[in-house]
Amino acid sequence: MTIDEPPRGEHGDDDLRHAGPARSTTRDLERYAGLFATRTHGLKSSVMRDLMAVTQQSDIISLAGGLPDTSTFPAESFSSLMSHVGAESSARALQYGPTEGLDELKDCIVEVMAAEGMRAEPDDILVTTGGQQVIDLVCRTLLDPGDVVVAEAPTYPGALPSFVAYQADVVQIEMDDAGVRVDLLEQTLDRLATEGRRPKFIYTVPSFSNPAGVTLSLERRRRLVRIARERELLVLEDNPYGLLRYEGDPLPTLYALDGGEYVIYLGTFSKILSPGLRLGWTAAPRPVLEKLNVGKQGADLCSAPLSQLFVCRYFGEMDWKAYLRTLTDLYRRRRDTMLDALAEHFPREATWTHPEGGLFIWATLPEYIDTTDLLARALREHVAFVPGRAAYLDGRGGASMRLNFSGVGDDDIREGVRRIGKVVSEQLGLYSTLTGAATPEPRPASARPPRAASPGDDASGAEILPLRLRRTGER
Amino acid sequence: MTRVAVLKGGRSLERQVSLRSGARVEDALERLGHDVVSIDVGPDLVDRLEDTRPDVAFVALHGRDGEDGTVQELLELVGVPYTGSRPGACIRCMDKVLAKHAMRDAGIPTPDFYAFNQTAFEELGAARALPAIEARLRFPIVVKPAGQGSALGVQFARTAEDVPAALVSAFSYDTKVMLERHVAGRELAVSVLDGLAGPEALPVVEAIPRDEDFYDFEARYEIGRTSFVCPADLPGGLGERSQELALSVHRILGCRSFSRVDLMLEERTDALYVLEANAIPGLTETSLLPQAAEAAGIGFDALVARVLELAVERRTAV
Repeated sequence: MTIDEPPRGEHGDDDLRHAGPARSTTRDLERYAGLFATRTHGLKSSVMRDLMAVTQQSDIISLAGGLPDTSTFPAESFSSLMSHVGAESSARALQYGPTEGLDELKDCIVEVMAAEGMRAEPDDILVTTGGQQVIDLVCRTLLDPGDVVVAEAPTYPGALPSFVAYQADVVQIEMDDAGVRVDLLEQTLDRLATEGRRPKFIYTVPSFSNPAGVTLSLERRRRLVRIARERELLVLEDNPYGLLRYEGDPLPTLYALDGGEYVIYLGTFSKILSPGLRLGWTAAPRPVLEKLNVGKQGADLCSAPLSQLFVCRYFGEMDWKAYLRTLTDLYRRRRDTMLDALAEHFPREATWTHPEGGLFIWATLPEYIDTTDLLARALREHVAFVPGRAAYLDGRGGASMRLNFSGVGDDDIREGVRRIGKVVSEQLGLYSTLTGAATPEPRPASARPPRAASPGDDASGAEILPLRLRRTGER
Repeated sequence: MTRVAVLKGGRSLERQVSLRSGARVEDALERLGHDVVSIDVGPDLVDRLEDTRPDVAFVALHGRDGEDGTVQELLELVGVPYTGSRPGACIRCMDKVLAKHAMRDAGIPTPDFYAFNQTAFEELGAARALPAIEARLRFPIVVKPAGQGSALGVQFARTAEDVPAALVSAFSYDTKVMLERHVAGRELAVSVLDGLAGPEALPVVEAIPRDEDFYDFEARYEIGRTSFVCPADLPGGLGERSQELALSVHRILGCRSFSRVDLMLEERTDALYVLEANAIPGLTETSLLPQAAEAAGIGFDALVARVLELAVERRTAV
């Protein structure tokens, strides 16, 4: 056998695909790099993204996702709803729809919002392609390059690429187990004011935050809304999980407290029904809503009418609150499984949050453990999590990790946490060996106080995440 | 028409890089008129090879499994000729500690280093030796996993306090790590390509990071994050000297077809040091071997054709 000579004759200069200069690596580079917008320069690919690519392999227990468990939705209901949509609304389902969304879907949205104590009019609502689109549209509508966006620390990792793409200057405010530190927020706003800078908006996930799993207290909610009013700032309230509460009393949303004057509300069907439908919404002050609508026209004209009609049919025929109860029962159990597993398998140097709802627990290790590197080690044990640095733009979060409990079954949660606990303990032991410190004792049965903030911490951050340690026994 | 299996992906941490290398190679092979079979390397590798019966395999894998000789051993077993080095050279390149010992024994300048596996610390009290190592290497010290490519897991320890955490991080990637003297200076890479007249060193590429204080994993694969100069503008004789060193390393480690040797030119002394050799250099848009080949007048398609040809010649020679 011989290798054929490069068949140059067949792909001569007359072949359009290969016209022009010979394939050139440097040209390839420059050809594309020279065309990228300046605003893409901040969009980095990262070690983490490459590590995360490995986490999607089938034999890995991934606590890294943020997925609802869609297997709980009855397949026969799905197919019956879909066939009704097909039989009765085929032409509409296949047609473009209005940018703001179908009227009957807005009625469903009003109902979902009412379940969390919000009164919204259909005219206040813009249907979007997932909640994620709201983040993009708000950035698109409000941000000029260099504008300040205030976010939580840690914040939703998926919001950061939007902020970066619109060249925002993101300022992240520490959280504790009562949510974002509103006192620090005020200090920061004052400091920014002395610099002549006013943030365009404050981005927050007040209930069962992603990734921290903490909930903004009522007092802080009131204060945040008051700050927004006094300073005439917009707040983007991202509330995908509010209805997924597993314990405690519901808290009013910022939108409800504010009456829709300074709060842009973000809702989604992703976590109460399905993320595959790609349907979310925003309720916002009218002038803002109109701009968002124009932005959406440019982005995608309208969200899929097929999905919208499916949801309408679902709300018409089925008891959405009953399905929600199925989900909350399931996720509550999984959360408890994860909390128990953490208490059993994580070393006592670790702390973690106790979410009253949502999908995530945020665990923090001693500061000398780097969870991005730890992920590489964990992958060898076929288990994955999201390294904490993903939730910051400023390099913080290196010793934390986000753990998801909604997307995998109880056995995998237990086994996954056990494996992570094992590699964490291994690294703590190694560190002790290297520093000559005593090898950590085995985990004691009783609960321990949390690790004190190290002396090097910023004084104002003395109470910041890692959050107060709570064990299952203290619930 | 030759049926070429492009082996890519796999489960190494450099999976994404490999997928990009593989995709470019596939495009080139198609342009060259070959019948391309794309294989994302997994548990079914042997089955896929037996089902598709390729004439030759183009190994576009990086990191564990693909670059450490594992896949090459399987290919030998299945009897499919393949691109690049044989298992022995792959093992020597992938393990930076083995490579550095081989280089040092052969008189190739490489930064001073000490290597340990995890048990040395856990069971032999190697931590007690750290102060002596630190005194000899002097800060900053580079801490590296022995067997990882693309600068994954490479840490800089600026003080003695940084060393334990840097070691823990490096041990995340491998059970063997090394502490290496940091050479401050310019980062150079010399690719070696076998030819009719034996191995040939391609023009020297210099990588100049734009923001970061070293050429890290992210800067390495991101378009626009690093400037590359090829041929590097080096003071008298250093370019040739770099190429000679690279050729020596290619031979000492037993590489075949191609390799890439990474060097540092120390700012203070103008001395050259070899850091490591890569048995399967990256073939992405931002990789150094394709850039060097191009500077030598060898376009990407011709590079791929040459590497493939060498694989087949080797088979006929066996």
